[in-house]
Amino acid sequence: MKKLIRFASIACASAMLFSTTAFAEGETFKIGSIGPMTGAAATYGNAVMNAIQLAVDEVNEAGGVNGAMLEFNPQDDENDAEKSVNAYNTLKDWGMQMLLGTVTSAPCIAVSAEAANDNMFLLTPSGSAVECIAAGDNAFRVCFSDPDQGTASAKYIGENKLAEKVAVIYDSSDVYSAGIYATFQAEAANQPFEIVAAEAFTADSKTDFSVQLQKAKDAGADLVYMPIYYNEASLILTQADAMGFAPKWFGVDGMDGILTVEGFDTALAEGLMLLTPFSADAQDDLTKNFVTKYEELYGEEPIQFAADAYDGVYIIKAALEKAGATPDMDASALCDALKAAMTEITVDGLTGAGMTWDETREPSKEPKAVVIQDGVYVGM
Amino acid sequence: MSFLSYLINGLSLGSVYAIIALGYTMVYGIAKMLNFAHGDVIMVGGYAALTMMLATGTNPLIAVVVAIVVCTVLGVVIERIAYRPLREAASPLAVLITAIGVSYFLQNIVLLIFGSSPKNFQSVVLLPDLKLAGGALIITGEAIVTIISCIVIMIVLTAFINKTKAGQAMLAVSEDKGAARLMGINVDRTIALTFAIGSGLAALAGVLLCSAYPSLSPYTGSMPGIKAFVAAVFGGIGSIPGAMVGGILLGIIEILGKAYISSQLADAIVFAVLIVVLLVKPTGLFGKKIQEKV
Repeated sequence: MKKLIRFASIACASAMLFSTTAFAEGETFKIGSIGPMTGAAATYGNAVMNAIQLAVDEVNEAGGVNGAMLEFNPQDDENDAEKSVNAYNTLKDWGMQMLLGTVTSAPCIAVSAEAANDNMFLLTPSGSAVECIAAGDNAFRVCFSDPDQGTASAKYIGENKLAEKVAVIYDSSDVYSAGIYATFQAEAANQPFEIVAAEAFTADSKTDFSVQLQKAKDAGADLVYMPIYYNEASLILTQADAMGFAPKWFGVDGMDGILTVEGFDTALAEGLMLLTPFSADAQDDLTKNFVTKYEELYGEEPIQFAADAYDGVYIIKAALEKAGATPDMDASALCDALKAAMTEITVDGLTGAGMTWDETREPSKEPKAVVIQDGVYVGM
Repeated sequence: MSFLSYLINGLSLGSVYAIIALGYTMVYGIAKMLNFAHGDVIMVGGYAALTMMLATGTNPLIAVVVAIVVCTVLGVVIERIAYRPLREAASPLAVLITAIGVSYFLQNIVLLIFGSSPKNFQSVVLLPDLKLAGGALIITGEAIVTIISCIVIMIVLTAFINKTKAGQAMLAVSEDKGAARLMGINVDRTIALTFAIGSGLAALAGVLLCSAYPSLSPYTGSMPGIKAFVAAVFGGIGSIPGAMVGGILLGIIEILGKAYISSQLADAIVFAVLIVVLLVKPTGLFGKKIQEKV
């Protein structure tokens, strides 16, 4: 046993030595990220971490930023706010200078409050709740916010005349889902369709959807809007199939990942539409390059979260260059420099061309809709 | 027609609650303790069946039997290690807190082994769905099997308690532990048997629950566990018919509440009903009023 401990401590010590020799303090920009790498939302976290690593490697190969390399440290939070704050503290101990995260909304809100106190630069790739970046002027966003998604979904359904009677199934215990539903409902009033049923579920009762589906069916809904995450959506699709209910299905970015659910019959997702600023089948060079590399490295097609995260790295790069930042700046000084630089940069990314930020710290870009056909996303 | 459909859903959900509630109520009736780890035994049963089906590709029915065996052993082991040493403790709170500890222990062990990603559970029910009235009313095979299992379990369990020696011993222990011991009943073994039966039923409930709602995570058992506890209290804790009736009523109230009042308030309605019942009839629907002799 003693030998084992000695061996372990030598291993630890040499690992520490190795890491310090590889990257001495103040020579690299330290980017941290936090997201669910295990658990129900693991698809998002893993996509984000994979894409950040890919982008960081690309940037480093091309010579880094302002002559310095980027260093990346991913942390798991299992989509739990408390674990996320712990991960944030771990990253601070590591010496993080910028946070490219967190991935999901509820943990992001918790972490952003901490980051605002510390004046730590925060760029969430995919935390879409309004409150994710509301705690301070240090926080920016890559993806659309929930109100944008709800409004855009309602407009899309209305303008393309996808349905006359719409049912909504949402998670009333989740800020992301409830937030999107609220703005969807508000915008629906201006659109030529009617919400015939709005049914909720909560985190404690997210396995049985028979009642919600029955009510949607009885109300004669021809489209069901699901501003929820893909795991519950896969159960809904399965249960709807069992009861012989086949409306059109429409989701938002949380739906991204439904094709990777273990044991889910993806044939049930045929024809499912979702609003996302990224589709892997786009033919521009940037997307093609990213998709090829990502598939090579990780063996699957990247989802929108991956694209958001990839863009996030390049946004940070652009901002660091604009600010002329150097790696020896402390997190707070760097944050002040980046805050100013963010409103001046324009980034052409995977999720939109000519993305800019103003004092609302929200990105300006156009949403796109995709539909699942033969097991892949196809642009609409 | 949709009312009938809701009612059948409610019956099916309620039957699962009832089977779980039986475990709560038997353990309470006999050992006078609330086994809050009961819900997590359900989840372990689900994982045991899932592992059997995935790892060995065995027949689902064998997987169910394995799950029942695993949970029965688990129930007895938990009782032996965690609860028995505390049975004579000064405060009944000690064993209650231990039960909560066991609950978290089980959740975290499973979290460690299987990870927190929800697993898609393949239904063990081979019965096809029943389509009535030209497809307007669909009764799933899972619902049929769950409801039938529930009825069979109630009949067998009632017969077991009233007709067998071991069952009579359980009754005696629940009435008066000390007197039962004086009459030559092995109290420890009787309580262990209770845990074995309760946990075996929990495994069955777990498999049925996951077959009907095919998603299994380390936290799958906690909410049904709490609801079943409510059902047991609702029916009168310690009473077997009470647990059955309580469970089924609770399932129906939950589904109908969701359907006709508000899906946002479904859980609130369930617990509000519990409060009202307890205000009107503090011992639950079938609870016996025990007169304290001074």
